Amino acid sequence: MASVAANVMRFFRSSSDQAVTPPVPQKRMRRSSGMGEVSRLLNLDESLFVLDLGSTSANNINFLTAKGHKNYSEDLLRASLDPDLQIQDETGKLIVDSKKFLDENLTYPNGLFDIVLLWNLPDYMEENLVKPAIDRLWSVMKPGGLLLAFFHTRDAGPDSPCYRFHITGTDMLEMQDVRLPEKRSPRLQRVFNNRHIENLFRDFASIKFFLARDAIREVLLVR
Amino acid sequence: MDAPKTGDFAHIGKSVVIKGELSGSEDLYVDGQVDGSIEMRNNNLIVGPNGVVKASVSAKGVTVQGKVDGKINASDRVELRKSAIVNGDVVAQRIAIEDGAYFQGKVDIQREPGKAVAS
Repeated sequence: MASVAANVMRFFRSSSDQAVTPPVPQKRMRRSSGMGEVSRLLNLDESLFVLDLGSTSANNINFLTAKGHKNYSEDLLRASLDPDLQIQDETGKLIVDSKKFLDENLTYPNGLFDIVLLWNLPDYMEENLVKPAIDRLWSVMKPGGLLLAFFHTRDAGPDSPCYRFHITGTDMLEMQDVRLPEKRSPRLQRVFNNRHIENLFRDFASIKFFLARDAIREVLLVR
Repeated sequence: MDAPKTGDFAHIGKSVVIKGELSGSEDLYVDGQVDGSIEMRNNNLIVGPNGVVKASVSAKGVTVQGKVDGKINASDRVELRKSAIVNGDVVAQRIAIEDGAYFQGKVDIQREPGKAVAS
């Protein structure tokens, strides 16, 4: 009887061990024409100010600082999900307080950055934060500075994986699933079409689109 | 990384709270809370997994497993382990960041004079 009980306990222990094994975030590579263009500026022999708005990436910090650039990291998506930012609008619906968000984030002197790596954040950020955040980015960039952003070209569904991008070479990026605290995954909020994107960045001097095979539209903007 | 042996490092245990300026000439392991500043110019600092440092930090090498709010200035190397949460600027000659670490701030790598920047 004791051995039956022991076997039953062993069975439950082994099931439980399997259940708690955390999933390994998947990584895959992509060639990025936009990153290739940014790298042409990064490879010039001068120290640039670069703002990386994705999750903390050792790759990116090492890549940029090895070239003598100053790297600023700010996890904008995670910051935008801070529960303290939530307020109720006049209809009682919960929204994110964009004023408070900008009081606490992207607080840099005007005209500081040569390059901003925005990655795919506009697709995953709350609607009312996107435009104010991009306006703030315009302010903190130098005239002639570059901003790189990625957008979905079609609605891949709200569970479309959100990636963070690690720079592994001049035009190569490693994509890794973003995992937020409490094991939540960011949800795709919307899909911007070309006209939306042009409106979003209308204060920028020029805009260039690169369409990739994986249904991602890369956008390179000049401030 | 486990906590270093007591003889190797001066320890600040996890129930200890220090407010003010902390300086010394031996390696320091902080697993408690420090508010103020830490100045260990020629020595190493480890912030343990329970450590909460709200201070500007100056040391030869800094390893963070816990939380640091403040500027880190290392004459040699900064290491952010996977459990690290750092809000503040880092100035160092070298930096190593484990996957999973959270960092918000500026990284300024200051090479030793005469050392070429990798291309």
